[in-house]
Amino acid sequence: MKAIKIRRIAVTAVIILAAYLLQCSVFPALEIGGIKPNLMLIVTASFGFMRGPREGMVVGIFSGLLIDIQSGDMIGFYSLIYLVAGYLNGLFEQIYFDEDIKLPLFLIAASDLLYGLCIYVFTFLLRSDFHFLYYLNRIIVPEAIYTIVITLGVYPLLLFINHKLEAEEKRSASKFV
Amino acid sequence: MKRKNQTSHTNRYILIGLAVLCALMMVLSSVSDKVGGPFKAVANVTVIPLQQGINQIGGWLGDLKDNFSTLQQLKKENDSLQAQVDALTTENNYLQEEQYEYERLQELYQLDQNYAEYEKTAAHVIGKDSGNWFSTFTIDKGSADGIAVDMNVLAGSGLAGIVTEVGPTWAKVRSIIDDSSNVSGMVLSTSDTCMVSGDLSLMSNGQISFDQMENNDNVVAVGDQIVTSYISDKYLQGILIGSISEVNVDSNNLTRSGYIIPAVDFKNIQEVLVITTTKAELTGENVTE
Repeated sequence: MKAIKIRRIAVTAVIILAAYLLQCSVFPALEIGGIKPNLMLIVTASFGFMRGPREGMVVGIFSGLLIDIQSGDMIGFYSLIYLVAGYLNGLFEQIYFDEDIKLPLFLIAASDLLYGLCIYVFTFLLRSDFHFLYYLNRIIVPEAIYTIVITLGVYPLLLFINHKLEAEEKRSASKFV
Repeated sequence: MKRKNQTSHTNRYILIGLAVLCALMMVLSSVSDKVGGPFKAVANVTVIPLQQGINQIGGWLGDLKDNFSTLQQLKKENDSLQAQVDALTTENNYLQEEQYEYERLQELYQLDQNYAEYEKTAAHVIGKDSGNWFSTFTIDKGSADGIAVDMNVLAGSGLAGIVTEVGPTWAKVRSIIDDSSNVSGMVLSTSDTCMVSGDLSLMSNGQISFDQMENNDNVVAVGDQIVTSYISDKYLQGILIGSISEVNVDSNNLTRSGYIIPAVDFKNIQEVLVITTTKAELTGENVTE
């Protein structure tokens, strides 16, 4: 039972780390028009609605921390945004079904739009930069669209990993009984 | 039902607790740099080595690709020529600046002032900013290699940015096209100073803007080179920023503003040079002399 749990933690950690590395070193090469997709948010949101608010929060805060350490001026800013993203997505766990890809796509798109909005408000609006429409057209919406496209490839992979882990957990649970 | 309610309550408490923790870290880290210490140490053993590894694999694959290409010879030649052009541009810049300086000083007091050539160390770019809003990058040298905050970073023949954060084996560089970057610059030929600031809305055009340049009789034209000025307390003097692509007189008729094409190609930065002297050290030494 315990080994299974450790395994889940390890797999989750590896996924977060891999996502971060891809985001920082490979995705800049995939930029279209200066926009790269937000893989960290895909991972955070997926864990949220696949596994519930608690795991969403944990994955979110760690993803955010990784980003905070290397970019951003203060530690805790991105952690907070990703934390909330994980929690909010976790609330949708109850109406989430594996077979349905519409809800995940919608949730991830909404998360990314909200994320863009947060970044604009907290880092640009507070510096009295009011070109909101420009940033909306130039960054927030394109990023959301690109992120959805990447989601189509990444989400099934995350789902597959989750299925495998869940199946194993079930098996060991039944053995335990 | 009751149990379900309970778990959702605990979840909410966890959320609030963690959010407060984040807020606390934000406040603390904006007050002092020490908060980041443990996290930097963690990053040092987890992310940085992996990033360096990926960078090496990328470089190796790139080499492999180059080996297959029939243009290999040409490429090599081009590279060496590019390096030569960069070196010559820097040298030319330096000389030109010295000449202007010389003339000016001779006219005045026949003072003699020399800018020692700055010592540099090379580093690789191993990671870029994860989002689309800012333009920072991570290099593979840190405090263990003598890198410190506020050191200027060059790429090719121009100014790329400034070190804003240092870990043991890595450092974060904010590039001059970043929206929050401001550099004090001056026109090489006339010594008129201006503020050069990065702008997110210009980033996609590969331009940066400048403003607050005095609208005097000095002719400033498109193509004039802008270098870092003597005023700045962080940037060393005489580093090429770029060349003017557009210059306009502001509506107040007192100042001029416009756009600059940076000398550095920020899309493809792979190797940078870090100047291991900071302006503070340099000016501090001058004061004691």
